[in-house]
Amino acid sequence: MAGFDKVVPNYESALAGFTDGMTVMVGGFGLCGIPEGLIQQVYKMGTTGLTCISNNAGVDDFGLGFWLKKRQIKTMIGSYVGENRLFESLFLSGEMQVILTPQGTLAEKIRAGGAGIPAFYTATGYGTPVAEGKETREFNGRHYVLETALKADFALIKAWKADTSGNLIYRKTARNFNPMMATAGKITVAEVEEIVPTGALDPDAIHTPGIYVDRIIVGTFEKRIEQRTLTEKG
Amino acid sequence: MPLSREQIAQRIAREIKDGYYVNLGIGIPTLVANYIPPDVAVMLQSENGLLGIGAFPTPDAVDPDLINAGKQTITTTKGAAFFSSADSFGMIRGGHIDLTVLGAFEVDQQGNIASWMVPGKLVKGMGGAMDLVAGATNIIVAMAHANKEGESKLLTQCTLPLTGVACIHHVVTDLAFLSIKNGAFHLKERAPGVSIDYIRAHTAGNLVVTGDVPEMRLS
Repeated sequence: MAGFDKVVPNYESALAGFTDGMTVMVGGFGLCGIPEGLIQQVYKMGTTGLTCISNNAGVDDFGLGFWLKKRQIKTMIGSYVGENRLFESLFLSGEMQVILTPQGTLAEKIRAGGAGIPAFYTATGYGTPVAEGKETREFNGRHYVLETALKADFALIKAWKADTSGNLIYRKTARNFNPMMATAGKITVAEVEEIVPTGALDPDAIHTPGIYVDRIIVGTFEKRIEQRTLTEKG
Repeated sequence: MPLSREQIAQRIAREIKDGYYVNLGIGIPTLVANYIPPDVAVMLQSENGLLGIGAFPTPDAVDPDLINAGKQTITTTKGAAFFSSADSFGMIRGGHIDLTVLGAFEVDQQGNIASWMVPGKLVKGMGGAMDLVAGATNIIVAMAHANKEGESKLLTQCTLPLTGVACIHHVVTDLAFLSIKNGAFHLKERAPGVSIDYIRAHTAGNLVVTGDVPEMRLS
């Protein structure tokens, strides 16, 4: 690597320095827009005691479901357990600590983490179990809960295109949590479908500026679909 | 006759006005999209980062990068826009969505809603529901009037962990259209052929009936 060239040759170097007990953010919503190869590499490395911040935890046999299978996650911070039976049973049995966080609050906590804002007030969750033990305050007659920012040792994200300097473009709803997580990782690793030379992307079209991105790797993606729904007329 | 799931959706669709930005939750709320009249222009929001949800795709148009909040493959409408989860919940929390329709396990006469977990039994997570009920000014809950055991889901006080407090003002069930204010359910419309007594017998919370309660018009 030289100058702003952030491209790494393999998954080992993409995850160099990733060790037990770290906090890691993983982009994606369901199985859409997840860094598939980076997730696989962490599974292969067997890193444990992780605090994992991700909206969902994959399904039983794909995505973060792999980390659950190997019990690599100590604490999971996310908004939706949903269709993942192993996640639900690890949570109910207390084997894994789960901090369920409203989806918008989760997104904002990550955004705040990357933007240097330590905490913010939101009406979301007031009067519910989510607000237990948290400071509340009234503004203009409405109650708000103080939520603190989230940061991570590593942010593992997925983008569609990158240039070699780490400028990123996402595609459709595969964007989701990836842009905020890119800003909140001490080391942000972007797994992308294509890398183009620096200068080949329109500066007006870039979603995540390269300043947030430390390493880029080209991945191969299965892009598994959770609910394949088709039009009845089709 | 109590309404079918489709008929509940059909009744709710009548509340959608031309030019509305609407968020539909999973379950009965999703069905509402099928009953929006063609002369009513609506932009449907998907909280994973899309305004302008279109129909389900044909087999050759399936795109794994394009899903709704229920993880179903979808298409986009003309004028659609993609954005991040932070932007998505910015527009939700900021009160920019004109109408939100969501499901629930329980609603009580204070306007509290419980929809995300049954302790010790079922953990789904709240997803975006807590943000939606906190941010939206116009919310309709779509649900069955009673659960599978025949127990009312319209209560004096919710028994399950809450999703939001004092935020629900309208509920459409298979039996009735109800408004919530001043600590009571107010019966606004009855499902066709369903009596006030029947609704009263299936409502555990305080039910206020004023004058003649009309039958629902579905379309």
